[in-house]
Amino acid sequence: MNETQVADRVNWVGYVDWSIRDFHGYETTRGSSYNAYLIQDEKNTLIDTVKGPYADDLLRNIQRHITLDKLDYIVCNHAEPDHSGALPVVMASCPQVELICDAKCKATLERYYDIRHWKIRVVKSGDSISIGAYSLQFLETPMAHWPESMATYLPECKLLFSMDAFGQHYATSGRFDDSVPLAVVLEEAKIYYANILMCYERPVNNALDAVKSLAPEILAPSHGIIWRTQVDKILSAYADWSVCKADRKVVILYDTMWQSTAKMAHTLYETVVDSGVQCKLISIRATHITDIVTECLDAAAIAVGSPTLNQTLMPQVAAALTYLMGLKPSGKSGFAFGSYGWGKGGPEAVNEYLEKMKFNILREPLKCQYAPDEQALAACREAGGLLVKAAELVG
Amino acid sequence: MKKYVCNVCGYVYDPSAGDPDNGIAPGTAFEDLPDDWTCPECGVGKDEFTAE
Ligand SMILES: [Fe+2]
Ligand SMILES: [Fe+2]
Ligand SMILES: [Zn+2]
Repeated sequence: MNETQVADRVNWVGYVDWSIRDFHGYETTRGSSYNAYLIQDEKNTLIDTVKGPYADDLLRNIQRHITLDKLDYIVCNHAEPDHSGALPVVMASCPQVELICDAKCKATLERYYDIRHWKIRVVKSGDSISIGAYSLQFLETPMAHWPESMATYLPECKLLFSMDAFGQHYATSGRFDDSVPLAVVLEEAKIYYANILMCYERPVNNALDAVKSLAPEILAPSHGIIWRTQVDKILSAYADWSVCKADRKVVILYDTMWQSTAKMAHTLYETVVDSGVQCKLISIRATHITDIVTECLDAAAIAVGSPTLNQTLMPQVAAALTYLMGLKPSGKSGFAFGSYGWGKGGPEAVNEYLEKMKFNILREPLKCQYAPDEQALAACREAGGLLVKAAELVG
Repeated sequence: MKKYVCNVCGYVYDPSAGDPDNGIAPGTAFEDLPDDWTCPECGVGKDEFTAE
C-alpha cells in the first residue's frame, strides 16, 4: 500500500496545509490537513471535501483515480467550511454527482452556499446506501463537532470516517499513525480535543459509545493522520479526555505587572513541586491560549493569578479565562490569587470566572497589597498546600 | 411531566432531574422553565425544544 491508500479502493485525496498557523484562533504550530477520501466502487463516492482555496488540489487528487464525470456521490459529514468550502467547485465540476448529508447539514449548507442546483439526498442515523461491493452507513453525532456532524462507516473495510473526532492539526507527508512518532500525534490529538471538543462532553461520550459498538479497525478523521495501528490508544485517550479526567497535576496560570503576582505564582509552584506533585507554571502573556487550555484539560487543580489593573483583571487573563470558560472544563478545583494596590479588582474578577466555570473553589481569593512580604508568601505556601491536596485526591 | 428534546443537539430535558447546574430544581416542568433558560449543551433557547 502506498501512503494514500487507506483500504482496498479507498484513497486519501485531501490537502495537507503545511503553512497554516492560525485556525480560527487555534495556534496550529504543526500545520494541518483537510482529509477527503475517495471510494472507488460501482458508485464512486467522495467522503467530504477540503477548505475552499484548495478545491483545485482536491479535484487533481480525485483525477489521479477517476475522471470527474465518474463521481457519483459526495458525503458531507460536516458543514463547517474547512470541510465544505470546496463543495461549490466540486459540485459544479462533477456533472453526475449527488450530495448525501443529514437534514441539519443541508440547512446549514444552504446558509453558506447557493445549493439550489445541487442534487441532494438527505439521510439520517441508521440509514445505509449500497455503492456496489461496499456500503455506506450513517451515524449522526450531533455537537461532535456541530449540530449536523455525522460519521460514515464502511463496514466491509471496518473503516470509520469519523470527521473531526480523533483528528489532529498536524501536517505530515505520511498519512498513517505508523508513519509518525506516536507521542507527537497523541499530543496533537490532545491539543485538538482540548481546543475543539472539550465543551461537548455528553455528545462526545454518545459518539464514543456508538463508535465502540461498531468496533472499527481504521479511524479516518477529517484532520491529520489516520489511525490504523493505534486505534485502542486513541479510543482510550478519548475516554479520558471526554470526562476531563484529571492527572495528579496542578496548573498555575498568571499574569503580572511589577512581579508581585509572579512572585506569588512562583511560591505556589515551589510548594506544589516540593511536595512531589507535577506542576505547570504558565505565564499567560507568554503562552498561547491554545496551550493554556490543553494544560487545563487534565489538571486536577488550577490556580489563576491576576494583578489588579484599573480595578479589574488583566486583559490577557480575561481573554484566557473567556476561552477556557467556553470550553467548559469539568470537575476542576482551584482558586484566584493576585496583587492589588489600593482597591479591589483583579483576584476578585478571576474568582468570578472560576465560579462561573463551577470550579470547586478551594479558598477565597489569595491577595497581597503592592508586593508580597514574608507574611504574604507564607499565605501562598499554605494555599499551595490546598492545590497539593486537591491533586492528591486523584488516584 | 413531559420530557423535551433539543432540536439542535439532542439534549433531553427531564423535568424529574431538572437542570441543577443552572439553578433549575428537580421537578420543574419544561413549561415552568424561565424564558431565558437555554440548552445546557448547545445554548439554544426553549423554542428549539420539542416534546418527546
Ligand atoms: Fe468542525
Ligand atoms: Fe474540522
Ligand atoms: Zn441543545
